[in-house]
Amino acid sequence: MRLNDEEKAMLAGELGEPRRWAIAHQIAVGGFFDAADFVPVSQAHIMADTESLGEAGVAFLEGLAAAPAAERRVQVPTITDPRGLDFETYKRLGQTEAMAALEGRATAAFREFGVLMTDTCINYQTILPPVRGEHLAMGDTGVTIYANSVFGARSNFEGGPSALAAGLTGRTPRYGYHLDAERRATRHFRVETAPCDLSEWGALGGIIGRECGSYWEVPLIEGPAELTGAPPGSDALKHFGAAMASYGSVALFHMPGITPEPAEFAGRRPPATQIGRAEIDAFLASYEAKGDKVDVVVFAAPQLSLIEMAAVADALDGRRVHAETTLLVATSPEIKSAADRMGLTARIEASGAVVAAGICFYQSYAGEMAAANGWQRLLTNSAKLTNIIGGYGYRPTLASLERCVASAVAGRIV
Amino acid sequence: MPITLKCHRGIGPAVTGTALVAKDNFSARYDLDRKAGVFSRPSHALAGQTYRGRILVLDQAKGGVATAWMLHEMKARDVVPLALVFNRVNPILAQGAALGAVTMVDRFDGDVTDLIRTGDTLRIDPEAGTVEILNRESD
Repeated sequence: MRLNDEEKAMLAGELGEPRRWAIAHQIAVGGFFDAADFVPVSQAHIMADTESLGEAGVAFLEGLAAAPAAERRVQVPTITDPRGLDFETYKRLGQTEAMAALEGRATAAFREFGVLMTDTCINYQTILPPVRGEHLAMGDTGVTIYANSVFGARSNFEGGPSALAAGLTGRTPRYGYHLDAERRATRHFRVETAPCDLSEWGALGGIIGRECGSYWEVPLIEGPAELTGAPPGSDALKHFGAAMASYGSVALFHMPGITPEPAEFAGRRPPATQIGRAEIDAFLASYEAKGDKVDVVVFAAPQLSLIEMAAVADALDGRRVHAETTLLVATSPEIKSAADRMGLTARIEASGAVVAAGICFYQSYAGEMAAANGWQRLLTNSAKLTNIIGGYGYRPTLASLERCVASAVAGRIV
Repeated sequence: MPITLKCHRGIGPAVTGTALVAKDNFSARYDLDRKAGVFSRPSHALAGQTYRGRILVLDQAKGGVATAWMLHEMKARDVVPLALVFNRVNPILAQGAALGAVTMVDRFDGDVTDLIRTGDTLRIDPEAGTVEILNRESD
């Protein structure tokens, strides 16, 4: 990689150990992907839940954070993805003091870097939406695909170490979705049915993600916006993109008429793969478990917007969650604060549900929570969560918000 | 002469070990019981198999960003694959391999899950961009 004088100084350790580690890490990754040089980024977003970090990761952060203040402070605004535990609700969810202690250490280390603890995977809805052409280092797949596709910003998936490195150096290796050539469409889909709700937008994203199956495929998707007669809203595209990224590792899609970049193909226009009602129904049916006892109902992944919080509150008004079922709602600290102020949290929790802030369920020791609470059957309206949670020993079912709530009240899937 | 496969320049130290091959994808968060060191996702082609000390040969990296931290954490407990050999990885696996100093290579001529068989003895040289199959002779 070509390095300028400042980058050479970082690599030589002249700007301290944190920046030396950061640029060396970025050069290793950039070299692997044949990056020619670095590109400045305006923001970094770090995924750093303690379940992923473990003791080793937290000790690594503490080591870097022990450097003098001038050497350890991030150079661009740097924010965080959901963490492993919400200090207000962890005991109710069966999480342990050891988990809380590790979370506290990680948070303390991040503050030493000058990282803003936003603890959110919906920063594009709640903190600072990106603008077209802006180079970013976004540390969550759902955030990256939304920033790239809906806003036309430019980011690769930047895992926690790389996003921290980008914060410390103020730049990232120029490869992948920072480059015009990589942003052209490689796959072509025509959607012939209108998704009915967020769970179906997620299902559609999951189907396209599975078909693409690679970080390096860029789908161009025609149809859904015309069929629904209006652009899908931000929450629909949030679930759509998050599921596509989860099922397929996809980081960018184009939807002509909705997304801002020209819908150009990398080569010849490929024939379109058709996706209709039958495909969406089959996707939902593959997780169906009607009549089963439901242990936990989760609204999360991505965290809920204020509008989704209001929809959950409306659906739960005057109802009581079944004694043998837990209903958990996860949102960002900012939205939680707004929901508290507007009475939404109180309305949701009056049903017996739990509202957690700054977590996103699957990043929060999901396996340990399942063991501590005896959870197996999980019901959600998030296709992304449906995809992830099987590895933690859950049996997931995907359904609309209304059906999730009705099932939570009944204690079994209705 | 052993069979030598060319790949893109990789990450991590040169290693020799035994291959565990599947036509499936990989995410540390989605697919693994990282405490027990086994593939835990029921639908994964390697479900129930132990990965500790093995060279995993798989198709693509998939899913979330967590693997970037998890390889480092798995390596610290020594419950980690010896190396990762893929047709194509995403940035997350590359970042995770770089942080954890786990050997990883990708981008072969041909499908690496066809070229390598479970049980093959492999010598991986990431710097040179080669994988040798030591137990088989080239034609």
